[in-house]
Amino acid sequence: MAKITFDGVEVEVPDGTTILNAARKIGGGIVPPAMCYYTPLKGSGGKCRACLVRVAAGSAKDPRPMPKLVASCVTPVQDGMVVENTTSQQVLDVRKGIVEMLLINHPLDCPVCDQAGECDLQNFAFEHGVATTRYEEERRTFEKIDIGPYIQLHMTRCILCYRCVYTADQLTDKRVHGVLGRGDAAEIGTYIENVIDNEFSGNVIDVCPVGALTDKTFRFKQRVWFTKPVNAHRNCEHEKCSGRVVLWYKGKDVLRVTARKDEYGEVKEWICNTCRFEKKETADWTIEGPAHVDRTSVISANHYELPVVNPQVIADLPESSVRDLENNPPLKLGAGRQ
Amino acid sequence: MGRKLLTEHINVPGIDTFEVYRKHGGYRSVEKALKTMTPDEVVEEVKKSGLRGRGGAGFPTGMKWSFLAKPEGIPRHLVCNADESEPGTFKDRELMSKLPHLLVEGMITSSYALGANTSYIYIRGELLYVLRILEKAIAEAYANGFLGKNILGSGYDLDLHVHPGGGAYICGEETALLESLEGKRGNPRNKPPFPAVQGLYARPTVVNNVESIAAVVPIINDGGEEYAKIGVGRSTGTKLISACGHVKNPGIYEIELGVPVEEFIYSDEYCGGIWKGRDLKAVVAGGSSVPILPKDLILKTAAGENRLMTYESLSDGGFVTGTMLGSGGFIAMDETTCIVRNTWNFSRFYHHESCGQCSPCREGTGWLEKVLHRLEHGHGHMHDIDLLVSVAKQIEGNTICPLGEAAAWPVAAAVRHFRHEFEWHVTHAKQAAQPGAVYPAQGVLA
Repeated sequence: MAKITFDGVEVEVPDGTTILNAARKIGGGIVPPAMCYYTPLKGSGGKCRACLVRVAAGSAKDPRPMPKLVASCVTPVQDGMVVENTTSQQVLDVRKGIVEMLLINHPLDCPVCDQAGECDLQNFAFEHGVATTRYEEERRTFEKIDIGPYIQLHMTRCILCYRCVYTADQLTDKRVHGVLGRGDAAEIGTYIENVIDNEFSGNVIDVCPVGALTDKTFRFKQRVWFTKPVNAHRNCEHEKCSGRVVLWYKGKDVLRVTARKDEYGEVKEWICNTCRFEKKETADWTIEGPAHVDRTSVISANHYELPVVNPQVIADLPESSVRDLENNPPLKLGAGRQ
Repeated sequence: MGRKLLTEHINVPGIDTFEVYRKHGGYRSVEKALKTMTPDEVVEEVKKSGLRGRGGAGFPTGMKWSFLAKPEGIPRHLVCNADESEPGTFKDRELMSKLPHLLVEGMITSSYALGANTSYIYIRGELLYVLRILEKAIAEAYANGFLGKNILGSGYDLDLHVHPGGGAYICGEETALLESLEGKRGNPRNKPPFPAVQGLYARPTVVNNVESIAAVVPIINDGGEEYAKIGVGRSTGTKLISACGHVKNPGIYEIELGVPVEEFIYSDEYCGGIWKGRDLKAVVAGGSSVPILPKDLILKTAAGENRLMTYESLSDGGFVTGTMLGSGGFIAMDETTCIVRNTWNFSRFYHHESCGQCSPCREGTGWLEKVLHRLEHGHGHMHDIDLLVSVAKQIEGNTICPLGEAAAWPVAAAVRHFRHEFEWHVTHAKQAAQPGAVYPAQGVLA
């Protein structure tokens, strides 16, 4: 076991745990954002640099600070490590820079993007970015590509997190999915637009942090915050498919089916394409109840409200009506309900 | 005339054949190491020599070797990084094409020291003709019993392979090189784990530059202490410098570390001064990625001392007034050089060569290039100059591999030392946009 201090909070985790996972054990607002790291995918992480943290003391044995900021998602903890995330101005400044870098070639077409509302990049930019851009040049654009009957790839929005590449590599049998080109000309490709043809290809939609890979059966159907998520399951014949999903309702219609995500937007149980794309009737499913919506989603109310409230307004309110955030933090995701 | 340890026989006709090379004292180090020394003694000798990595970072080679993990039953590897593609650096190409046996000899001795039974030379894809030369040298070494099973009856086996890359600059980064050697896309890996623990095929691996490995040969022949006598302070031995740009005699020079920069530029033994009788304007001392320095700072440090060709002297003053020895790609620029155009050209290179894996480098290198392009072509604004510094700062230190820094440093340094020239490109936009336009020399402007 290793004991580390993360933003002043002590936590004990098994050896070999990454700093990010140690922070997630503490939970709450001090967890570094992660745009490319995805726990179930081996080898993911280290690419987006959103989770950079400062290691103020390397370990109990060697308490020197690390010379550079490190990617918390791939750096293992060491006993006695002291990590600064939100308590370090350097980290916050760098993170602002990372948002800027991720956005300079992003189309910012959130108003027409299906991912809006549950987009990691949108949340990340909202929390750490600035409202204006210093980028005056032309943005990189690509043609939209249909990969198979269900999935559309819109590379223009892609932030090259490599999550879908690892998904295609580790989850599916025939790998026809990878990164072509290099530098800012790199793109997710399916070798001359080969169709990703297997039963688990739909999971690349769930792992995509932005709107680069979208569900063609759901495109432009509805803004996600107008839909109601409901947990449901069915006995899927496919042995690798868990059959446990979230149905997104608008009225009585199931508009889309996704895998269940945890509080950090990570899928823990993959589902097959039959469950995802073919079963869109309530009668196909056993309903469990309303799904808990994660902390970062606009679907869950109040997430974006706090920063825009004038502090004076809060100060003027009677004490009993102000939520003591310090001692009663907002309901932690995944706590209680599943 | 300085001592030449590596290139003494470089101009002997037929030195690329085994017989001639052997006649000139070749493969003595292999005999000495395998017959009279233990692997640890070889490592110790390299440590004593104070040899520092010649690829750019200048990390002590002996120390790097001693970090190699040695778990039981897992093979170890030595990989030679011959993916030399830094603009301005061309020393390894010359060494390999003229003296292929020197590298092979160094590989055998070094592999013996590390206990590696399979070693690789990863060579840049464009150097296909050098690959053929090396393959021929390796075949000759096999035929003469210096490679293969039971070398010289010592019971030590070694197989040596040459592998060409696809010509990507990024594959000169050691972990990207290993990925590429494994047959994957050349993306740098996250560290830790370091190659010394998990390198090629997840086995402990040492990656060394061509020149570092070649330098092991004279170290073993003459002894580490003898090697350490050459040079100044912690910069020991000789170094190949590839001089290019506006000097009278561009080429590759083997210098004893500690030669004054002024002597290196102006002495007839080396560069012979600046061509066409012009004045020196700036120098990039160690390959395109190190900070550029104006004439007064490259000849003398900020404290007024003579700058020497050593790791310490060149980096005196940090990045504010110093630079780095780097890989020894010495680019001199005369007074007619446009620094903005030159910086743009460097930036274009890094933009093209970024692997695109991590966001600051992928997006930032392109951004830098576009802003510099704009400035150079007369469409820039004053605020662009600060933007360059700011973007460079956002890349630096936040990337997976050092390519981010390599892209950021030259831009930041050019603005630091030649801000007036960037400003001139904004205020005299029309003039600057003319082909061949040059910022007027200091005296003309006044």
